[in-house]
Amino acid sequence: MGRLAGKDGKDWRLGAVAVLLALVIWQFIAAVIIRYPFILPAPTDVFAAFVSLVQGGDIFLDFEASLIHFAIGMVLALLVGIPIGIIMGWNRRIESFMDPLIELLRPIPPLAWIPFAIIWFGLTSFSAGFIIFAGAVFPIIINTYSGFRGVPRVFVEAGKMLGCTKDRDLIRYIAFPAALPSVASGIRIATGVGWMCLVAAELFGVSNYGLGQKLWFYYSLHQMDSVVVYMILLGLIGLVFDMVFRYYVDRHFLKWRTGEVA
Amino acid sequence: MANLEIRDLNQSFPRDDGSTLTVLDHVSFDVKDKEFVCILGASGCGKTTLLRLIAGLDTARSGSIILDGEEITGTSPKVGFVFQEYSLFPWRTVIDNIAFGLEMRGVSKEDRYMVAEWYLDLINLTQFKDSYPSELSGGMRQRVAVARALTLDPVLLLMDEPFGALDAQTRNMLQKELLQIWEKTKKMIVFITHSVDEAVYLSDRIIVMTPRPGRICRNFTVDLPRPRDRTSVEFAQVRRDVLDLINQNSSVQ
Repeated sequence: MGRLAGKDGKDWRLGAVAVLLALVIWQFIAAVIIRYPFILPAPTDVFAAFVSLVQGGDIFLDFEASLIHFAIGMVLALLVGIPIGIIMGWNRRIESFMDPLIELLRPIPPLAWIPFAIIWFGLTSFSAGFIIFAGAVFPIIINTYSGFRGVPRVFVEAGKMLGCTKDRDLIRYIAFPAALPSVASGIRIATGVGWMCLVAAELFGVSNYGLGQKLWFYYSLHQMDSVVVYMILLGLIGLVFDMVFRYYVDRHFLKWRTGEVA
Repeated sequence: MANLEIRDLNQSFPRDDGSTLTVLDHVSFDVKDKEFVCILGASGCGKTTLLRLIAGLDTARSGSIILDGEEITGTSPKVGFVFQEYSLFPWRTVIDNIAFGLEMRGVSKEDRYMVAEWYLDLINLTQFKDSYPSELSGGMRQRVAVARALTLDPVLLLMDEPFGALDAQTRNMLQKELLQIWEKTKKMIVFITHSVDEAVYLSDRIIVMTPRPGRICRNFTVDLPRPRDRTSVEFAQVRRDVLDLINQNSSVQ
């Protein structure tokens, strides 16, 4: 503990020990017991593959391509999901109108949209973006909507008493900031879901580059050490997105919540 | 000279079994300019309903509310409201809460901060200007709520049991502060409470309401000089008179 413990009281050294231990066990199993890199490449093999991929340079293009696919999907999901969530949460009639439709579409797995994505948008980056959109849009709608539903009536009435009377102003100055924690957690969930859809969205060959695309490409070449490199990269980038939310968004936009239980 | 006239106000709500629940029954009273009036009654007597009608947050079944010669049909910047529960916007700092009304009017940041700082000083919370409401105690939050309601310089300030959730000591302190603010700003105040002590301490006049349906049973002028001493014989006498009145009315029912 002491000064090495994080803000939440957890000692990061214990976590580091666990990761190191896992690497050692993995190395032992791969290099001593299995001794067949196609079944399980050892960490050292993976590291060597990583170095040669970085030297080859394509890995950066893959990273860029994946970020573009992801950005297309997320931006679309935000542009569509937040307004829909807002109007549904603000107006009971629109809620009754939209809710059944959304509840019918929502359980369709995002990957089930792949055939239509290809038919509608062809083998393009936009196709991959559409799959990510299909996964990310619903958590955004649902959380925005429930955030708006949960805005305490007293905030709206206090706003009205202070001259904030138009719907547009009430949404902008009262309901949206009050719902922001819920909207933000919707975006955070959507980021996770969208990122998970990425590999599948890229596997049907929408582009020559992409982290998911390369994962399948190296699988077809039976270069499993490279496959693991891409797996780890996918995981680390997903982790970075989550950290951005946890540390940046929470601290800068939601700092008013510190000290509140809710 | 501003004044508030309430004439023959009726309010009722439909009940699940099809009958109607009458909440306010022919309520009429006046409040004069700069007068501090407490509406006193047990919970469920329609006090809050009455106040929400005056605020323009709800619409009465029949009757009229005229403030300053104009009928109240909706919320108006002429009326300030301090809510019973915590109503500060938790995502805004103290100063931005106080300046909210001015911001909605399009007043520039510099100008509205100047006004807000004057009110911050009035409630003695200048050092908490950049704090968030979650960092304040219950008493401080209600003081900020009072300041926020005053910044638009309303003619009438409505207060719905604003100190109900506070402990007795904080409550007494805030009552004293509220009177000081009232002396300085001379607003017309309609203050709702179920505490006889609070009503006698604060008001020029007490309007006693009886429940189900809510009716006004008596106007009670309190002409004790301020600052009032809770432990004085005169204070005790007024308190006893008001309590007797309430007991008579509840025993009749």
